[in-house]
Amino acid sequence: MSAGTLNRDAPLVLGIETSCDETGIGIVRGRTLLSNTIASSMEEHARYGGVVPEVAARAHLEALVPALTSAVAEAGITLDDLDAIAVTSGPGLSGALMVGVGAAKALAVALDKPIYAVNHLVGHVGADILDESGTPFEYPTIALLVSGGHTSLLLVRDLVGDVELLGETIDDAAGEAFDKVARLLGLAYPGGPEIDRLAALGDPKAIRFPRGLTLPKDMAKHRYDFSFSGLKTSVARWVEKQEDLGNEVPVADVAASFREAVADVLLTKAIAACVDYNVPRLLLGGGVVANARVRSLATERAAAAGVALRIPPLSLCTDNGAMIAELGAQLIMAGHAPSTLDFSADSTLPVTEIQVR
Amino acid sequence: MLLAIDSSTGTSVAVVDRDGGILAENAVDDTMRHAEVVGALIRDTLSEAGVVAADLSAVACGMGPGPFTGLRIGIAAARAFALGAGKPVVPLVSHDAVAFAWYAAGNSGDLLIATDARRRELYWSAYSGVTAVGLPVRSAGPGLSHPEDVPASTGSRIDADTVSAGSLGMLAELTWAAGASFAADEPLYLRSPDVTMSSRKRVTA
Ligand SMILES: [Zn+2]
Repeated sequence: MSAGTLNRDAPLVLGIETSCDETGIGIVRGRTLLSNTIASSMEEHARYGGVVPEVAARAHLEALVPALTSAVAEAGITLDDLDAIAVTSGPGLSGALMVGVGAAKALAVALDKPIYAVNHLVGHVGADILDESGTPFEYPTIALLVSGGHTSLLLVRDLVGDVELLGETIDDAAGEAFDKVARLLGLAYPGGPEIDRLAALGDPKAIRFPRGLTLPKDMAKHRYDFSFSGLKTSVARWVEKQEDLGNEVPVADVAASFREAVADVLLTKAIAACVDYNVPRLLLGGGVVANARVRSLATERAAAAGVALRIPPLSLCTDNGAMIAELGAQLIMAGHAPSTLDFSADSTLPVTEIQVR
Repeated sequence: MLLAIDSSTGTSVAVVDRDGGILAENAVDDTMRHAEVVGALIRDTLSEAGVVAADLSAVACGMGPGPFTGLRIGIAAARAFALGAGKPVVPLVSHDAVAFAWYAAGNSGDLLIATDARRRELYWSAYSGVTAVGLPVRSAGPGLSHPEDVPASTGSRIDADTVSAGSLGMLAELTWAAGASFAADEPLYLRSPDVTMSSRKRVTA
């Protein structure tokens, strides 16, 4: 398991991602994607209206070996060919993370390969390297990562050496807000696609919902932080008022206005970070990137601010093992030593900890 | 030769051989650190036994019953190790390992085994003795009950704090040799996931 003999030019790395409800196994060789296998337990969570941690963790255990087997077959390699294993150590749901951590360690020992324990959020940034639609971003870049589990704004000066958290949600993740608002509008889970579909038929200016943490007093303390719980409450209050008045709730207008509020606050803060730090590059990641308005508003605002925008394909934006494998590969190529076998799952792992030793 | 892993209580890892017995065994009794310790335990136990993955015929895995989070980590590790080594997993009921060791030590009669299931409940299994070759005969369980609802022991009772992977491995060797069947390859959680279904609440009075 000596790191000295590691292939540092184009390492073949298998990545294991189990931080939320996707069991992701990815295989990369250097900067090339060989497989991105994802098994999701989303349908099992649908009847609960949100991710149930224990349901997710049980599903990871069942999906793990089948996903590993199909990823290896798709990549056309054998496990013995691997140079290293990479695994998400955090942040995420701890019971879910631990399934991946336990499996990755045992696999590394069985194969006698080095292991790299990496940060999930930084992995989302690393996904950009695998996007074949263009040359990946140079650093520094601002990264806006938005999903059901996180809403974070990062300043990435060096993917494997210098990542700073500028801000994050102080309550709900944006994806969670979509799920909760969908539920109160009687829509199915996951809420993002449902709201997106309905919003296309509504007027985004019909109702002026609040933009969390954008008032001057909030901006002083929370310039790059997000808050969606007040927005969700405000939507609920508005809907209840209509119901109390006996009015039919204009669901499409509510969906459009809500979606606009989320997209507006996300992009306002992201572009502000680009301007403040004089970084003309913005990378989007996370499942909420699937939202049509988030993408179109990002395109508009970035163009207006002279900021280059990158949005990797959705399969690399949602949680996946390929981004974890790629971050592992980048660490290897940059000469970093493997992690020891003693790391744990860390549900609150800070972004500054790109690799856990 | 087998690698054996049980995480139904703490984390226990052993390398066993049908003829040579338990070649190496290591455990961390802490019931909260399975993910942290399982990798090093496997590595160290293999190296203490002077064995590499290719030398093994299978991976014996304790399927519980046990608290979800820890139990799952041992099973995930056993399955991933087996995949990496290209060997099969042989699943066993964890309590059977405790019973096997007790009978193998020369004890006889009825036996009840109980382990902590948290939330003031116990996992339990009842045994009536051993087969001709020494395999424990489970007469009831594994079950999950409040302490007062656990079946009264008609013989001996063991409230086990740990499950030995060495015993589990030796039980697997004997089961294999006897051509007896292994447990189902699924975790014995014996409890549904906790789900609090919140109904849609009003935010205005
Ligand atoms: Zn994510």
